[in-house]
Amino acid sequence: MAAQDAPDLVDELLAGKHRALARAITRIENRSPGYRDLVAALYPHTGGADVIGITGSPGSGKSTLVDKIAKAYRDRGLTVGVIAVDPSSPFTGGAVLGDRIRMASTATDMDVFFRSMSARGSLGGLSTATADAVKALDAFGKDKIIIETVGAGQNEVDVVKTADTVAVLVPPSSGDDVQMLKAGILEIGDVFVVNKADLAGSDKTVTELKNMLDMREGEPGDWNPEVVETIANSGEGVTEFLDVLDAHTDWLDESGRRETKRHQRHAEELRNLLREDASELVEDELDARGGIDDLVERIDAGETTPYEVADDVVEPLADCLDQQRG
Amino acid sequence: MSHESQRNIRCLVAKVGLDGHDRGAHVITRAFRDAGFEVIYSGLHKAPEEIVQAAVQEDVDVLGISILSGAHNTLVPKVVEGLEAYDAFDDTLIIVGGIVPDEDREGLEEAGVDAIFGPGTPMEETIEFIRENVTRRD
Repeated sequence: MAAQDAPDLVDELLAGKHRALARAITRIENRSPGYRDLVAALYPHTGGADVIGITGSPGSGKSTLVDKIAKAYRDRGLTVGVIAVDPSSPFTGGAVLGDRIRMASTATDMDVFFRSMSARGSLGGLSTATADAVKALDAFGKDKIIIETVGAGQNEVDVVKTADTVAVLVPPSSGDDVQMLKAGILEIGDVFVVNKADLAGSDKTVTELKNMLDMREGEPGDWNPEVVETIANSGEGVTEFLDVLDAHTDWLDESGRRETKRHQRHAEELRNLLREDASELVEDELDARGGIDDLVERIDAGETTPYEVADDVVEPLADCLDQQRG
Repeated sequence: MSHESQRNIRCLVAKVGLDGHDRGAHVITRAFRDAGFEVIYSGLHKAPEEIVQAAVQEDVDVLGISILSGAHNTLVPKVVEGLEAYDAFDDTLIIVGGIVPDEDREGLEEAGVDAIFGPGTPMEETIEFIRENVTRRD
């Protein structure tokens, strides 16, 4: 198949061609020329899928759990899409994407579309790429879409924030109650999963999580996050976990929060795109001024500061916008 | 507006069939990672259908099949057939590593394999081959 125009690709994707879906995600990931038109063309066909974000520390059992829930959804006759993000090397940009290995329960089932993605750490924009890949799966007609990402930092918070429902895996003995006070990943969970619940320390972790949740100040009508215990390897607790996911999906619809979330997501997407575009404009301006190195050399020599240079570069842009606004 | 596109070579390292030796596949996976590739590793004992599924869904540029069991003459054509069914054969570079007797090489190449790298091949040679022969997409 030669390189093809976005419209063809979109038609083929909407017609259910796996190859076209795979190729569309590649374009989204690589930000190939025209990828924005592609996503824009997919937009009207999205909104039918429930998006579940799953995060947790390395080795907490995310992929194994994803395998089990994908299988459970397939048993219900639903189609599934998975985006699994693994870290990339800060040195070479390379990555080993090993989450597929765990997908034994649904091997050769093409109605589970599993896609591994590298975080491409240094290049940023991961949450945009995953959110757009989710749109491709959604437009393709997947009923349930799972985003799986290793949870450590801000990047992951941004990624799973794009999901409708967020599950956070907390392995047994994950530190003391002070860890539970920390901001970030523990604040975004709609459901907390203590996986490997057969290991020592899991009861204590469940208790600490529950205590953390009890201390929260919620608004009336908020979703109360739940804690479930699973042993993903054997499938134990998976049904209970799915029940909580379903309950959260129902709550989103009944409370009107799905619309609120969608609105926030759209705002976030718009902001990300504008940030990207604005920095592109500034990059062009830097090139026009002879490149960043010359400017930096002046900073090195103590002639100026980053702040002054930044002001200087952005000023014409700001002036131009001011004039436009009249 | 011209957006800078970001492209890495994506490669599936696939263990097909019944042999249980994945040391070679691990070493290759790591070498590819260090070469800046995005490597999807299939895990052991995969059926041709699973490899096809992975290659299509992951939209890999390169499919590296590692076989030590001697079943390459049966397994490789099955993988190629599967890729063809999804229109994914033409622009996927297929390389085979492992134990392939000399007399089987021609047959595999006729079946659609782009290169065979036997034991002792320097890692750089394989990486160089991929860089030079990978089909540029988009």
